[in-house]
Amino acid sequence: MTPKSGDRFSDKIMLETTTARQRISRGFGMKTILTSLALLGLVLAGTAAATTGAIAQEEAHSEAAPTHFPIHQPKEMDWSFAGPFGTYDKAQLQRGLKVFKEVCATCHSMKLVAFRTLEDLGYSEAQVKALAAEYTINDGPNDAGDMFDRPGIPSDYFPAPFPNDQAAAAANGGAAPPDMSLLAKARGVTRGFPRFVFDIFTQYAQGGPDYIHSLLTGYDEQPPAGMEIPEGTHYNPYFIAGVSLKMPNPLSDDQVTYDDGSPQTVDQYSRDVSAFLMWAAEPHLEARKKTGFRVLVFLLLFGALVYLTKRKVWAGVAH
Amino acid sequence: MSEGHSTYTPKTGIGRWVDARMPLPRLVYDSFVAYPVPRNLNYAWTFGGILALMLGAQILTGIVLAMHYAADSSLAFDSVEKIMRDVNSGWLLRYLHSNGASFFFVAVYIHIFRGLYYGSYKAPRELLWILGCIIYLLMMATGFMGYVLPWGQMSFWGATVITGFFTAIPLVGEWIQQLLLGGFAVDNPTLNRFFSLHYLLPFMIAGVVVLHIWALHVVGQSNPTGIEVKSKTDTVAFTPYATIKDAFGMLVFLFIFAYFVFYLPNFLGHPDNYVVADPLKTPAHIVPEWYFLPFYAILRAITFNIGPINSKLGGVLAMFGSIAMLFLVPWLDTSKVRSAVYRPWYKLFFWLFVIDAVLLGWLGSQPAEGSYVFMAQMATLFYFAFFLVVLPVLGLIETPRRLPNSITEAVLEKNKAGGGGHPARATAAPETKG
Repeated sequence: MTPKSGDRFSDKIMLETTTARQRISRGFGMKTILTSLALLGLVLAGTAAATTGAIAQEEAHSEAAPTHFPIHQPKEMDWSFAGPFGTYDKAQLQRGLKVFKEVCATCHSMKLVAFRTLEDLGYSEAQVKALAAEYTINDGPNDAGDMFDRPGIPSDYFPAPFPNDQAAAAANGGAAPPDMSLLAKARGVTRGFPRFVFDIFTQYAQGGPDYIHSLLTGYDEQPPAGMEIPEGTHYNPYFIAGVSLKMPNPLSDDQVTYDDGSPQTVDQYSRDVSAFLMWAAEPHLEARKKTGFRVLVFLLLFGALVYLTKRKVWAGVAH
Repeated sequence: MSEGHSTYTPKTGIGRWVDARMPLPRLVYDSFVAYPVPRNLNYAWTFGGILALMLGAQILTGIVLAMHYAADSSLAFDSVEKIMRDVNSGWLLRYLHSNGASFFFVAVYIHIFRGLYYGSYKAPRELLWILGCIIYLLMMATGFMGYVLPWGQMSFWGATVITGFFTAIPLVGEWIQQLLLGGFAVDNPTLNRFFSLHYLLPFMIAGVVVLHIWALHVVGQSNPTGIEVKSKTDTVAFTPYATIKDAFGMLVFLFIFAYFVFYLPNFLGHPDNYVVADPLKTPAHIVPEWYFLPFYAILRAITFNIGPINSKLGGVLAMFGSIAMLFLVPWLDTSKVRSAVYRPWYKLFFWLFVIDAVLLGWLGSQPAEGSYVFMAQMATLFYFAFFLVVLPVLGLIETPRRLPNSITEAVLEKNKAGGGGHPARATAAPETKG
């Protein structure tokens, strides 16, 4: 609540109070109680405005020991899938998949995504088959009761890099790297008032990819003087749960080779992999938005017709 | 109002045959066609129909979702993802259902606030109001249990926190909590019974809705003036007048609902619920669904002991008390006049109460620290003062504005002031139309 809106609010109350007072002809003793109750409401609104300011100040002067995370809000990027007509950029998703396979997948699993769904990225059936066959899947038991390894087929899911969560945790300093299937929907920095209200009208639903991109490009920043970074962790002002995280900077320029001439920079890698993770988390986003537009147009037209009918029905009836 | 003088006359032989044996068509006709409604109902009165629509939609989508869902702690999260990814239109069903719950609550809050503003709970509508409060309680239980089913982090920890309230109750608290959980902590038995109850409760809601509508059709609808219907000119027939107006209200509501389902399906949810439940990892801030936030703020506002009542029990009592207030409203309000339209002071306090409820909701989403706690305490104080001081006292000391003699007079006055409408035709119209 900004002080400005608080003022307007109090003006309105004062106005209503005076008009109300004119109408009251008896009960003067109780009027004091009522006025004080109304004042209590005003005081509440006032403290709301004041404390929001106070909290912001509090955060500002303790730079070396912040208490609220992330230290920086995620940078808002332009995404092809944003907005009512958003669609995935297939070339970008393919590049993102490459970054995932060559970098992320060494530690992170993506166990809810099946190879067959990669056709969404513009690959042919044969390409998906070949891609799946690159992986070794432990299957079984066979007729002899033994587990065996076989090449992957499209109906398989991305195999995890570690046999279980404990192994993943042991190999990564005590914390298992999170599964990436839903990461783009499972991370979202609180937007706060009043931004979350504006988000309804701007259809801002890219908090996840914005967060991932900011995190991946945020390792270059230096911690402020005096800040203590726990050993074995890496400072990143975009990390949602502290000053630093266990994952070291995973990307560097020219680490992954792009065949389509896109810049081989950390920024580009991060954008591509964030877009890919959004697809992994929400594979039916395009269908959703396309259906949504038709549904809304239908409701608008139908609503208009019903409104005209309603006017006709009520035309002769004062109400 | 509707009982006793049915105007239904079956036109066909089959119609007469059925009517003599089981007059269901007569019941439908009397309830949804000939049923007289006040002519001055505004769009706030369309939310009853909207709520019926949402209940039906939730049951339908829910039944299909249950065909694909696995109520087992090791399968639940992945089965929901299976619905989102592989089931035909599964993403649509699930987003309709999860956002449907939110919009069900949006509608019910508007419906409740409408009742408070226009004094719809006053005699002879006390039972109608209480049945509504029971529906609201059942909705809260259903919504809470439904949120647990995807078995995400917020599902799990929300369930842990909310079932933990019950341990504050002396003597039987622990026993109640263990009965709810089916053990000592939220686990597979909890999920199983929550799923079972989540499937059962909507049908109980439907049952109470029938009673709610029955009670409504006995006493008739209230209206913006709060004056009882006195003559036939005060009313119009439910069909086509209310039907078409309700239909338009529903379409506007569905438009906003669809906007969220298709463009912002996760706006009202919490990102943490896309992380599978982990009993060893507590989220930084455990927050319930948005529609419980005001009560959550009240719960956390009681940070001090009151005599023998410790802060935990105090918080739980305040939270349950805040809902119990609603049940008592018909007797707390001492005013002879129903509608806030004619009660200037009440109107002011009503809007302050709305602001207070929204403020409490926002505070419920903030961490319980620093100045937020004090603000929540003040807002809680105002919440209870509204019910326990303002409602009883205001009715005794407030001088209401002059009331019109009848609904028809109010309508005609309004039309004269506004310059629109056709006052000459107004009294004759309802009977000659439709």
